[in-house]
Amino acid sequence: MSSNILSRRHFLTRSAALGCSLAASPLITPVTFASAPGDGRLVVIVLRGGLDGLDLLPPLGDKGLTALRPDVDLATDLNGFFGLHPAMSPLRPLWAKGHLAFAHAVSTPYRDKRSHFDGQDLLEAGTGMDSIGQTETGWLNRLVAQLPGAQSHTAYAIGRSDMLLTRGAADVANWSPDAALTLSPQAELLLERMMHDDPLFRDATAEAINLSQSSISLGAIADEVDSADMMNAMMAAKVGARPDAIASFAAQRLREDTRIAAFSLSGFDTHANQSRSLPKALDRLAQAVTTLHTDLGPVWDKTTVVAVTEFGRTARINGTGGTDHGTAGAMIMAGGALARAQVVSDWPGLDEADLYQRRDLRPTRDVRAHLAWVLHAIFGVNQSTLDTEIFPGLDIGTDPRLIA
Amino acid sequence: MPFHPERAEIRFGCGLSPRVPPPTSVDDMMARLTGPDLMASALPIPDFDAYRPRMSKVHAIKKVQKAGKTKKERKAALKTYRKLRRATRDDAAGWLGQMMLRRAMTEDGLRERLVSFWADHFTARGNGRIWPQGQLPYIEQAIRPNISGRFSDLLRAAALHPLMVKYLDQSKSIGPHSVTGKKRGKGAGLNENLAREMLELHTLGVDGPYSQDDVQALARLLTGVTFKLKHGFVYSQKQAEPGPHVLLGHSLGGKKPTLAHIHNTLDMLATHPATARHIARKLAMHFVSDQPDPTMVAAMTTRFTDTGGDLAAVIRTMLEHPAAWQDGPGNVKRPVDFVGSALRALDVVPKHVPTGNAKDMQALFIAPLTLMGQPLEAPPGPDGWPEADADWITPQRLAARLQWAMAAPFQLRKTLPRPEKFAQTALGSTLTEPVRFAAAAAETRAEGIGLILASPAFQRV
Repeated sequence: MSSNILSRRHFLTRSAALGCSLAASPLITPVTFASAPGDGRLVVIVLRGGLDGLDLLPPLGDKGLTALRPDVDLATDLNGFFGLHPAMSPLRPLWAKGHLAFAHAVSTPYRDKRSHFDGQDLLEAGTGMDSIGQTETGWLNRLVAQLPGAQSHTAYAIGRSDMLLTRGAADVANWSPDAALTLSPQAELLLERMMHDDPLFRDATAEAINLSQSSISLGAIADEVDSADMMNAMMAAKVGARPDAIASFAAQRLREDTRIAAFSLSGFDTHANQSRSLPKALDRLAQAVTTLHTDLGPVWDKTTVVAVTEFGRTARINGTGGTDHGTAGAMIMAGGALARAQVVSDWPGLDEADLYQRRDLRPTRDVRAHLAWVLHAIFGVNQSTLDTEIFPGLDIGTDPRLIA
Repeated sequence: MPFHPERAEIRFGCGLSPRVPPPTSVDDMMARLTGPDLMASALPIPDFDAYRPRMSKVHAIKKVQKAGKTKKERKAALKTYRKLRRATRDDAAGWLGQMMLRRAMTEDGLRERLVSFWADHFTARGNGRIWPQGQLPYIEQAIRPNISGRFSDLLRAAALHPLMVKYLDQSKSIGPHSVTGKKRGKGAGLNENLAREMLELHTLGVDGPYSQDDVQALARLLTGVTFKLKHGFVYSQKQAEPGPHVLLGHSLGGKKPTLAHIHNTLDMLATHPATARHIARKLAMHFVSDQPDPTMVAAMTTRFTDTGGDLAAVIRTMLEHPAAWQDGPGNVKRPVDFVGSALRALDVVPKHVPTGNAKDMQALFIAPLTLMGQPLEAPPGPDGWPEADADWITPQRLAARLQWAMAAPFQLRKTLPRPEKFAQTALGSTLTEPVRFAAAAAETRAEGIGLILASPAFQRV
């Protein structure tokens, strides 16, 4: 059932309580949503800063590793060749169930300049190097445009940042759980009544109240919140919601009409003391995934989570215990819709001659190809749409059979 | 529909105030606009020339931090740099307070609105070091003194300003056949960024009659425009590409390039018929409606052309057109306009605004504006803030407006007026029945005030 109808009915009953007559209100006509496209769910997580794939998923079976990475003994074996970073251990149960997979030595078409800004632009635009900085729409938005029966709630961008990934002509809803309103019940009633004749304000208010009420992240509501608390909350909100709050909100939406949710996690730019900084960032990722798993309930089985980053990092540890901007890295997938637990990789090796420009893990496959096959499996998007509309210029290659 | 004092203040000014009476006529509005800039002297913000020495200082410190002889020296430089940057951020938070106070207290609200309009039209964003905090000083210097003069003067001041030149990479653009270009060879070249935005955004408009060849010609013509932190704008003939170059059918520039060639080029663009149309339409959209009355836009366009881009005359034409006064609901206020008009309705004066306390300024203004979708120092791109109402009133941005409306008034004033009375102050004759009802029925004063400020009647012009 659509939450939107709920909120409008809710509004009517409560407006009646205020004593105003709404008999002729346009709100009496419930807005019904056409059935959302398909049943599969997709969560896209953008890992900002450039995740170090070699630390996330160290190839313990590659003799070249120890020379480059003296600290890998912390990682424990995953599949006989690759290990898994200890900060990701909360996800091991998912691996055991076949609900976790990786693609290694993958990258976007972005090469050589190694700028976060350009790299993220390309990752989110989904285009090739030739149109860098010139694409103003994101691949996820272009995907939504292709989905028959897509509605304004089919896709959700969650969080404060305006992501290129979801920008474009198709309607993508946007909300951050920390934007929740803290109003007394009386103020809420008055507010709804006041907004009633202005459709733009009326709809945005109804949506904001509806989302605030369903938002798990909110502890205290209403009465006791004073203005100083509220100002502090606004300060905190500028910093951004916690990953579990974001994931929990995403799960809630996905259990209803929403089919696609996207958000970003940052903190992966580990130039120094990586052994201290990366675990924190990976912990946020693990939290987001475990929260999705728990909160999606039965919908988890229809869900695919993909986490992608703008580039990998240098193969060698630098002088400050960190790594610098590199090329190929890893992509993380989770969800009950996955075919099996696996690391998909055409491993390029770590000898100096194997490295890209003798410094970075060599890309062996376009990360967009994996994404494209996921979209094909979940939403039935055909190949020619994928390699012209959604990921222009993509060489899609063979199906890695990521999804069951 | 004739002139209406309250509408003048709400739609073309900074909102109603319990302290300042609204203007009495279009003549009155124009007299205030073209008279002395009282707010600039009463609530000063440094201009860019006053700001530049800080930037030079940072530049010098950064040099030591990178290339100092000893580690100790480098470390000390980093510390000094961080201190200076923090102090600059704190100061800039105070300037934002001054900017807001000008809106709260002015008798010439149209001026503040036009400054904001043109600062957006000529969006320039500073990146790195203390460049971002140079934005208000840029506006104070390039925009504010030029809003009721000739458009060509405004264009020259804004488009050639160091902040713009840096933002749009103009200082990196070097004529391939210039002295510097020949010396550097392949490493130097043209950068079209400023040229493109100047045609697309600043002058002709995206639908304007120009081609990629014109962009390149303008890029060639603009070579030599650069800046030095010590001097501000600098023209470097060594970087300038020898002409002539054909721009929009005009042959401009010469064998020996000069700054006068650039000024001629800008003047030609500033008075182009496409520019007249573009500016007239944009002003009408911003102040009156996202779908402005075509006859009003036409009248403004004609006036622009007839006067060679006299901005005061164009504004007067808009204000004298009946469509300017059409009944609401008008456009949605941008966050900065919303907050400014709320302060004005609340009769906020300097003692209420913690301009000297950066943390409080963050909490009261900077963070909320960001959440409302308008982080002032970080506009989304050279095309500035969105104009469409729907871009501003999304559930999450509206939630931020509501939160601010409920919380900030008390934080600022500590005592709040009676909501019924405040509704009258804030909305005057635009007070609607549901707002009156809400003001009377709210549980607390803070909620009552918050509801009034959140009402569509107050959020729109």
